[in-house]
Amino acid sequence: MQVPAPIEYERAVSVEHAIGLLERLGEEARLIAGGHSLLPMMKLRLANPEYLVDINDLHAELGYIRITATQVRIGAMTRHRELLESDELAAVCPIFRDAERVIADPPVRNRGTLGGALCQADPSEDLSSVCTTLDASCVIRGPEGERTVSMDDFHLGPYETVVGHAEMLTEVRIPVRPRGSSAYAKVDRRAGDWAVAAAGAALWVDERGTIADARVGLAAVGPNTTGIPEVSAALRGRPPSDEAWSLAGAIAAQACRPVTDSRGTADYKRHLAGELTRRTLRAAWERVREGGAA
Amino acid sequence: MEISLTVNGEPVTRDVEARLLLVHLLRDELGLTGTHWGCDTSNCGTCVVLYDDEPVKSCTVLAAMASGHDVRTVESLEWEGELDPVQQGFMECHGLQCGFCTSGMLMTARALLDRDPDPSEATIREAISGQICRCTGYASIVRSVQWAAAHPEGKRS
Repeated sequence: MQVPAPIEYERAVSVEHAIGLLERLGEEARLIAGGHSLLPMMKLRLANPEYLVDINDLHAELGYIRITATQVRIGAMTRHRELLESDELAAVCPIFRDAERVIADPPVRNRGTLGGALCQADPSEDLSSVCTTLDASCVIRGPEGERTVSMDDFHLGPYETVVGHAEMLTEVRIPVRPRGSSAYAKVDRRAGDWAVAAAGAALWVDERGTIADARVGLAAVGPNTTGIPEVSAALRGRPPSDEAWSLAGAIAAQACRPVTDSRGTADYKRHLAGELTRRTLRAAWERVREGGAA
Repeated sequence: MEISLTVNGEPVTRDVEARLLLVHLLRDELGLTGTHWGCDTSNCGTCVVLYDDEPVKSCTVLAAMASGHDVRTVESLEWEGELDPVQQGFMECHGLQCGFCTSGMLMTARALLDRDPDPSEATIREAISGQICRCTGYASIVRSVQWAAAHPEGKRS
């Protein structure tokens, strides 16, 4: 029987209240949102907080997807199911729906949140890869106010983020650029499992149809979900083509740092990183051509 | 700590440890042993209950988090001696063998049909994809849910 160690429980009613509780309760207090990463870790005693601050009541404040011509803003308490089901989000960033279809399963998606997923900082976590691909930035609020950090700076290592004591992630901001689209693909051992390897890709073309920018984010093949700047550099200015996607795949396979574990060998994961990069870039390009997704 | 929630339409107040999981509140404190407790790791889905009308895995929710919320278990499906159509569907179409996964499957099916009264086979399979059956396979479970969709009034329809 797996049960968490004894804890004290508090429930926050606003972001300010949550931050105040974290300040008052000290370093051994942790926020709990959906709980589908933290509670399993507490059962295994890999996480041993003394206090839990439940922020589920903040869904009214932090559960939203707001889309303008230049930016998507998603509240940290937005649940997986909401990200999956939002047609507006899928129209602008189809990569979210691609990823959400293969994240865990429906009951888990009913609870898990975007903020919780990013703050867990699991190297195999899909939404971190999605947000890296989309060049997202993270809004962190604390007692001193608000700061914004890029996804590149958000994760410090496996299960470690820049969110400090008495701070919380409140929002993810994604820039929207014209003539672009995105896609996500994952190989897992069974439905809803963590990735053996996964890749996200986003692509933008200029008015002449040349690649203006391209971004790739990989999951499960390094200490954190990682962007591959070399791919962006190699693709800018090229015409969209199968050769370009293959080149990007080769660069991604070279750049990633997988390790052999129960999900697969390092060689296999490296192969997947290349192949999934190629496929997601091609899928993103096909979406750009279809013209639907901006 | 004191928690107050609604379970199967009835208000419940209990003094519990903050670390108590919802599945253990239901089974051990309230005697609602229809909700099963399986893998403990939110993989098997046998502990699925409806939480504010949505399926959740009750092994991965603290009872404290459920305070102020509405929880429904398999015990709520039967009404005045009449089985819910999803229960009847599982009887008609051999949707269970050992029965261990069944209560979770029934609750997921109920939530699905409440939202989408005429789901496709793919939609049904997606809805139950977080739940494991090791006896019948999923074909007969899918048929059971389809039976319930075709008979929204149960035997009378």
